[in-house]
Amino acid sequence: MSTQTVSPPEATEATETGSASFWTASRLVAEREISSQIRSKGYWITFGMFILGILAMGILPSLFGGGAPSVATVGAESERVVAETELEAQPVADAQEAEALVREGDVDAAVVPDTDGESPLDVRVIGLEDTPEDVVAALSVAPPVDLLEPSDVSSGAQYLVTFVFALFFFVFAMYGMPLAQSVVTEKQTRIVEILVSTVPIRSLLAGKIAGHSLLVFAQVAILAMIAPLALRMGDQGALLAMLAPALGWFVPFFILGFILLATMWSVAGSIVSRQEDLGSSTTLVMMLVMLPYFGVTFLQDNDLAMTILSYVPFSAAVAMPVRLFSEDARTWEPFAAMALLAVAVVVCVLVASRLYSGSLLQTGTRVKLTQAWSQAE
Amino acid sequence: MLQVRSVSRSFGTHRALDDVSFDVAPARMTGFVGANGSGKTTAMRIILGVLAADAGTVSWRGRPVTQAVRQRFGYMPEERGLYPKMKVADQIIYLGRLHGMHAAAARRNTDELLEQLALAERASDPVEQLSLGNQQRVQVAAALVHDPELLILDEPFSGLDPIAIETVLGVLRERARRGVPVLFSSHQLEVVERLCDDLVIISAGAIAASGPREELRSRFGPPRFELVVDSDAGWVRDMPGIQLVELDGERAVFDLSDGLGVSSAPSGNGDGGHLEQTVLNAAVQRGAVHRFGPVVPSLAEIFREVIS
Repeated sequence: MSTQTVSPPEATEATETGSASFWTASRLVAEREISSQIRSKGYWITFGMFILGILAMGILPSLFGGGAPSVATVGAESERVVAETELEAQPVADAQEAEALVREGDVDAAVVPDTDGESPLDVRVIGLEDTPEDVVAALSVAPPVDLLEPSDVSSGAQYLVTFVFALFFFVFAMYGMPLAQSVVTEKQTRIVEILVSTVPIRSLLAGKIAGHSLLVFAQVAILAMIAPLALRMGDQGALLAMLAPALGWFVPFFILGFILLATMWSVAGSIVSRQEDLGSSTTLVMMLVMLPYFGVTFLQDNDLAMTILSYVPFSAAVAMPVRLFSEDARTWEPFAAMALLAVAVVVCVLVASRLYSGSLLQTGTRVKLTQAWSQAE
Repeated sequence: MLQVRSVSRSFGTHRALDDVSFDVAPARMTGFVGANGSGKTTAMRIILGVLAADAGTVSWRGRPVTQAVRQRFGYMPEERGLYPKMKVADQIIYLGRLHGMHAAAARRNTDELLEQLALAERASDPVEQLSLGNQQRVQVAAALVHDPELLILDEPFSGLDPIAIETVLGVLRERARRGVPVLFSSHQLEVVERLCDDLVIISAGAIAASGPREELRSRFGPPRFELVVDSDAGWVRDMPGIQLVELDGERAVFDLSDGLGVSSAPSGNGDGGHLEQTVLNAAVQRGAVHRFGPVVPSLAEIFREVIS
């Protein structure tokens, strides 16, 4: 006969079950999460939209804005002036015909002889609604410029990279929502009681985080393969070459950053008992998801703010690769930020597993975090 | 043998379980009865480790119940739960695998169970498309898929129609025959009465009585007899040492008020010299006796007696 005190499952799992059964259970849970996600239409719809979005970003610019502007030219002088530029010339008989082409949108502008004698070039440019800046620029004479401290990266490119990283992280961090929903589903249907009596609670959490993370990483990997393809198809090889080194850092930061948020999403799911209440419990997590997006987008010109953001684990995933891209960060900095992020992940996993254990079996009203914490003791 | 010893549990100031001890023996079906809120579910959840006890022990085959041990238990919680969008068979296989089964074995057992529970043709439907009664059967399958060493079923029959009750009952009896201890709670006392070998009666968080059903019957049912003669039986009222419970013309039901009768084992074979024999003799002298025998108390009566 035993005199052992009954202990809560989380206390006994470590002593009796080998780690093998913990991992087996986690793997089974992860497999179920993956198979139930990939069977949902929503998963494929969003994924399809991402693929289309990436292809569009790569190809569309060259379809619409791509190529040199075309101009209709009237007279030999116009033709000569245009021939010295990269503009695409389309000689026509007279000014009326040139105007007609501009009106119909067949050409971006027309270059005609200057009859008033105002122009030093002896030609006039005819546009439709706005001044055709690119044509004017092509025809203008610019003095040579010497920069004292040339920036390696143009501000335009930096803005683009910042925006793409921030948006990308934001969109994928929202993939934690299905994770939170899956936790609530188990609570709401009460299957959690069978699960908890069968496998260690922590293997449920580990399996869920692993399953959803793998799904997201798979999507990211596929998108990362499509993106260069799309850029190449759109003749934007230069942009690709510029992005590649920053991407190399973005990926590991993204992986750790996502796991960090996933632990929070799962706790947000475990403290409520109904899908309807998920909105309120996920507010804080949503804010943490938006932090890198808004923080980095708005503060990218503020060096101090960016330095801080690149070390805060929740925004490091975006801010540090951006600083690396703009070459503001020293060599050791990404390693330090990554180490900090890794520590944050470990701490969050430990805290989350305790909160998750303490709140999973509590039903009814929303469980307070302090209550969940003490419940797990 | 599952042994629950001195288990207590409080929720805030409410003492849900107070020094609860009972056994669930192999190859026996143990009925767990008690009013709403008397602590049945709490006790079951503690056995399954879903809830921690404040004090006391639960042991299985003489050893403390741990996660690894518990993985071989089968549990049907009071609040049923399955994944609504998952297919019936997939779901049961998944639960079987969580209990440590290999995929092939889980699939084999699932097919077998669905067959037994008359659910085979719904195997690839999502659970949410099944009627509540059928979902209940799936829940039973979920508790049995891994050939558990012990079964803990909280209200397994609630929500089942009479035919489904028979089906589920058949499946559970078969498990018990194979040597599995089965603990089940129910509000339907007549079902428990038919089904159980042993009884645990809980009242307000404390065990009011426990033991083999027949033993409890004899312990808590007062020694009661029924007599049917061919003329008015009113004379029974005047016999010394007995208490008339019911009189309806030729039929009389009486208790041996001073406890001198036989132990009211259902055989009813008391040796002479007992009060009920005196009554019988008197009846024979008065004329024909159509019926005479002990009245076996129903579980409902025992229950009332025990918790009063």
